[in-house]
Amino acid sequence: MVDFGGWDMPVQYSSLLEEHHAVRKGVGLFDVSHMGEIEIRGPEAIQCADFLTTNSVVKLKKGQAQYSGLLYQHGGFVDDVLVHKVTDHHIFICVNASNQDKDFAHMRGLNRFEAAIELSSDKYAQLAIQGPRALETLQKLTSTKLTEIRYYWFIDGEVSGVAARIARTGYTGEDGFEIYIEPSAAARIWDEILQAGEEFGIKPCGLGARNTLRLEAKMALYGHEIHASITPLEADLAWMVKLDKGDFVGRDALARQKDQGIRRKLIGFEMRGRGIARDGYEVYVDGAPAGWVTSGSPAPTLNKNIGLCYLPVERAQIGQAIEVMVRNQPVAAETVDTPFYKRAK
Amino acid sequence: MYPEDFRYTKEHEWVKLEGDTALVGITDHAQKELGDIVYVDLPKIGAQLEKGKSLGSVESVKAVSDIYAPVSGEVLGINDVLTSAPEKLNEDPHGAAWLMKVRLKDPAEIKQLLSAADYQSYIGAES
Repeated sequence: MVDFGGWDMPVQYSSLLEEHHAVRKGVGLFDVSHMGEIEIRGPEAIQCADFLTTNSVVKLKKGQAQYSGLLYQHGGFVDDVLVHKVTDHHIFICVNASNQDKDFAHMRGLNRFEAAIELSSDKYAQLAIQGPRALETLQKLTSTKLTEIRYYWFIDGEVSGVAARIARTGYTGEDGFEIYIEPSAAARIWDEILQAGEEFGIKPCGLGARNTLRLEAKMALYGHEIHASITPLEADLAWMVKLDKGDFVGRDALARQKDQGIRRKLIGFEMRGRGIARDGYEVYVDGAPAGWVTSGSPAPTLNKNIGLCYLPVERAQIGQAIEVMVRNQPVAAETVDTPFYKRAK
Repeated sequence: MYPEDFRYTKEHEWVKLEGDTALVGITDHAQKELGDIVYVDLPKIGAQLEKGKSLGSVESVKAVSDIYAPVSGEVLGINDVLTSAPEKLNEDPHGAAWLMKVRLKDPAEIKQLLSAADYQSYIGAES
């Protein structure tokens, strides 16, 4: 067990590798109840969310979700979030556990709309069912027709007789669902999902597998790839920024940065020499310090040692030879195209 | 579980005395805490170890940990099996997956290490 933002969470339930492979080949179950939820309600809920986040909330349809950024005026990340449009007057946002109080204060402070912002993390437990057999597993427990939920859409339905927001989203690079339910039912539904997935070799999965899975899929982790002094343009997340949608928090800074050009950029790499890159290790180009590793790990699906790093933008090209300082020893590596892993459609 | 004829450190290494040489490894508790081990970095033959100083590292999927020299001395041999099959450390940490063979500089250092019973009560208190 590790302390994770005040939550006691297992890094692994059995073996990190077994849990990782279960999600890639069958199905895995994650207790992600630590994640925070912030809700915006009122006649101007849409406009409010659109102003507070980088992606276009106005373009979201009812029942649709999107990945987005919550930024400071200077363009750095407060958090990365999942925005769900429940109705024209109700936006539901899933945020990082350790950022929720900061996010809530930030959003409230900037709210000039006819909309109420509420921190409602205590009302929800969240379970993630992920993997190619996730749909078959969860379908046993719900009358909601899961095939009708498209990727990055959600339905307010039920799971095992309990009201559930069922979203086809995830943090693993696999197909799967994230369900939001009342906390009092969570332990029972956890057990029922494990039973339903037994025939597919389901495994309860901890933070360790969550990290290797998201890294293979090149999904950002707050505090690593993104934080207050990194902008979405630097983090290779320009697609979640809609500069032409109208005013939003951080827009001016990003427009200026786009104009002037970014100086550093996130890029993936594979180790060529023996050694594993870890978060915070220095990256050298031509024998001189050039950047740093944001995440690094063995990639269990690929049987390679991979990582993400920041490099000066002129060096952040695929095929660049780099060296990662592994415990004061330079180890050869090379920048590569990402995501490292992409599931077959 | 923890052989009676080994001595142990609070950093979770073990030492098995064989005359004036010793085998060194990491404990079952250490491999469990680390999880799936994927990489072991050991010193070269002939390297001089200084008790308490880092001699190398062992990495699992999730983290890297230092290995500290439980005794001072010269490295006489390393376990090559671990280069190609580091996962053996998860399977047999007290046997086939020993790390290195050391010629002791000061055999009296052994007495400063924990007995199997003391080590077990130490990890019992830690966990």
